[in-house]
Amino acid sequence: MNALWEFLSFSDPNIRYVALGSVLLTASSAIVGSFTFLNKKSLVGDAIAHAVLPGICLGFLMAGTKNPLALIAGAFITGWISVILVEYITNKTRIKEDTAIGLILSVFFGIGILMLTVIQKGGNASQSGLDHFLFGKAASLVGSDLITFSIVAITLLVVVFILFKEFSLLAFDKDYARSIGLPVKWIELSLTSLIVLAVVIGIQAVGVVLMAAILITPAAAARFWTDKITVMFLLASIFGAISGLSGAFISYTAPAMPTGPWIVIVISTLAFISFFFAPSRGVIGRYIRQARIRKTINDENVLKIIYQLGEENKNFFIPRLTDEIIRKRFYEKAALVKILKRLTRQGYVERTRNLWGLTEEGKNRAQRIVKIHRLWELYLTTHMHIAPDHVHEDAETIEHLLTPELEEQLEQLLGYPKVDPHQSKIPYADN
Amino acid sequence: MNDLYIILTASLVSASCALLGCFLILRRMAMVGDAISHAVLPGIVIAFLLSGSRDSVTMLIGAGIIGMFTTFLIEFFHKKARLQTDASIGVTFTWLFAIGVVLISLFAGKVDLDQDCVLYGEIAYVPLDVIITQGGINIGPKALYVSGIILIVNLLFVSLAYRKLFLTTFDPYFATAIGISTTVWHYALMGAVSMTTVASFESVGAILVVALLIAPAATAYLLTDNFKTMLALACLMGVLSSITGYYLAVWLDGSIAGAIATMSGVHFALAMLLSPSHGMIYKKLKTHIH
Repeated sequence: MNALWEFLSFSDPNIRYVALGSVLLTASSAIVGSFTFLNKKSLVGDAIAHAVLPGICLGFLMAGTKNPLALIAGAFITGWISVILVEYITNKTRIKEDTAIGLILSVFFGIGILMLTVIQKGGNASQSGLDHFLFGKAASLVGSDLITFSIVAITLLVVVFILFKEFSLLAFDKDYARSIGLPVKWIELSLTSLIVLAVVIGIQAVGVVLMAAILITPAAAARFWTDKITVMFLLASIFGAISGLSGAFISYTAPAMPTGPWIVIVISTLAFISFFFAPSRGVIGRYIRQARIRKTINDENVLKIIYQLGEENKNFFIPRLTDEIIRKRFYEKAALVKILKRLTRQGYVERTRNLWGLTEEGKNRAQRIVKIHRLWELYLTTHMHIAPDHVHEDAETIEHLLTPELEEQLEQLLGYPKVDPHQSKIPYADN
Repeated sequence: MNDLYIILTASLVSASCALLGCFLILRRMAMVGDAISHAVLPGIVIAFLLSGSRDSVTMLIGAGIIGMFTTFLIEFFHKKARLQTDASIGVTFTWLFAIGVVLISLFAGKVDLDQDCVLYGEIAYVPLDVIITQGGINIGPKALYVSGIILIVNLLFVSLAYRKLFLTTFDPYFATAIGISTTVWHYALMGAVSMTTVASFESVGAILVVALLIAPAATAYLLTDNFKTMLALACLMGVLSSITGYYLAVWLDGSIAGAIATMSGVHFALAMLLSPSHGMIYKKLKTHIH
């Protein structure tokens, strides 16, 4: 715990550098990565991340030292080449995009490994630390490195800020962007350059293999909480920053631990929490909502059947045996009793020993369902010109969904008709 | 002799990968293969901790399970959480790979694996780990036997289930209609990919195995329109990359696995340019003549 306070107080200037650096790296990667995510190009980001490795080696061979600018320049070149090659192979041969991505990714990485091992055996003393690019080491960020990478990160943020509208438009509706005369090619070009730049600085923190995670996982997580693009970007950058800060903390307390994988584990955990627990889009929220709708539909269907039985006898309040209901529409007996008990609790049904009858509220609710069903059938035949024997299925669905406002509009549009296409009487609440 | 052992092991591994790679690229699942090859890492480490050795049956089974779990997770996020496929793949494999690397550092003393080995294997050390019979006779490196057995298993799998794999790849609807379960064969294939990845792990590492899965198959795909020919050509390409890659690595004094991946890329580039049926040059000439 002490270590945490010491870390969070930022009293050690070294911690300040590392923490600030990691947060900048992960947050800016998350922001640029959100566009990769929205463009459904997540795996292209992965390919770029692997493809910068030979470029970094190339930059080192050219400069002879680990000059950050040389490394960035080299990485930029091979990163770009990989994007062009993936597109070229996909467009010009019969190879599909996923194969092209996998091919370029693994072959470029292989070339990178070959170059890296050759450099390591070459005896140049300044090469040590080059392999940090493989797994990342946020803790090694100091002084001049940090300044270079901060400048790149800020450039990224500024460009994204300026071109935000254009990038978003491109992600959602490329054809529209083209039709209003935006220079689509140039915008795409600058977005790809930004991704390459983000990768080049991001692999400092997490390494080549896991770079894809800090690009897309924050965006994937943020997407589950909101439908607003600005909120999504804000959330993605916050998630990224949290993971970056945790990574810096871990490399501070346990220097032997690889930082990159921990950053990825933190951001993945945030993502899994989002996938499951985000209120409207998460797995659990969706499941609960579906279960609730299923219950409503079952309840209303059973009420409707008792009502229809009542129509046959011209008395809606005769108590019924479960067998009578099952004869009209099949249910497992246990399931039906469960539904009936629920309806009893809600006051729609009254139970006398093994007989179940509608209450006044139950009759009204059932009547409304039947009315909507029949109105909708009529609407489909008169206004949509669908044959009367094809309208039942659709009405069966809409009867549970129609809002009171739409119900009223429908009544007025059809002029309060008396019967549906099958000559069944349409029941209104007032008579 | 050592040269021969290394080249033979590499060739057996690449032939196994190439066979399965053909199915992967035609099913548009190349990236799922990539994901599995990363995701088996935690499985390898855990099996290592449990069994204490690297070449146990436990490990192959564990890997098979983890591979299918990965496939399941990707599909779960896609179908139940409605996450787009590419992101679902990316999130899943980076997470599992990260766990694997952390496990390696946590148990650094107990697990005879290091991070470099994860990335590009240790095929150069293959000749050092030999099997010696009770009579004291050296019968060759262990990795050679492991990769040989895996190749035989894969050959048996592909030839015995050929019709089913073929139909579920090219016409899944027809396959379903005549009662072949696409799900079963989907998971069987992914299980085979996972086991092959783990068996290849020692030689080429978890990442470069992707090159062996995809590149030879993609090269073969540009050279023929017949699926059986494609399978044979892919194996041939894998072997060719292994041989040329080995000598490239010796010449440059670098990673053998890296060099093999490099050569498989070179072969793909050559096929893309020179293929008599689908090559760039041939296409140019054809449009020129017309």
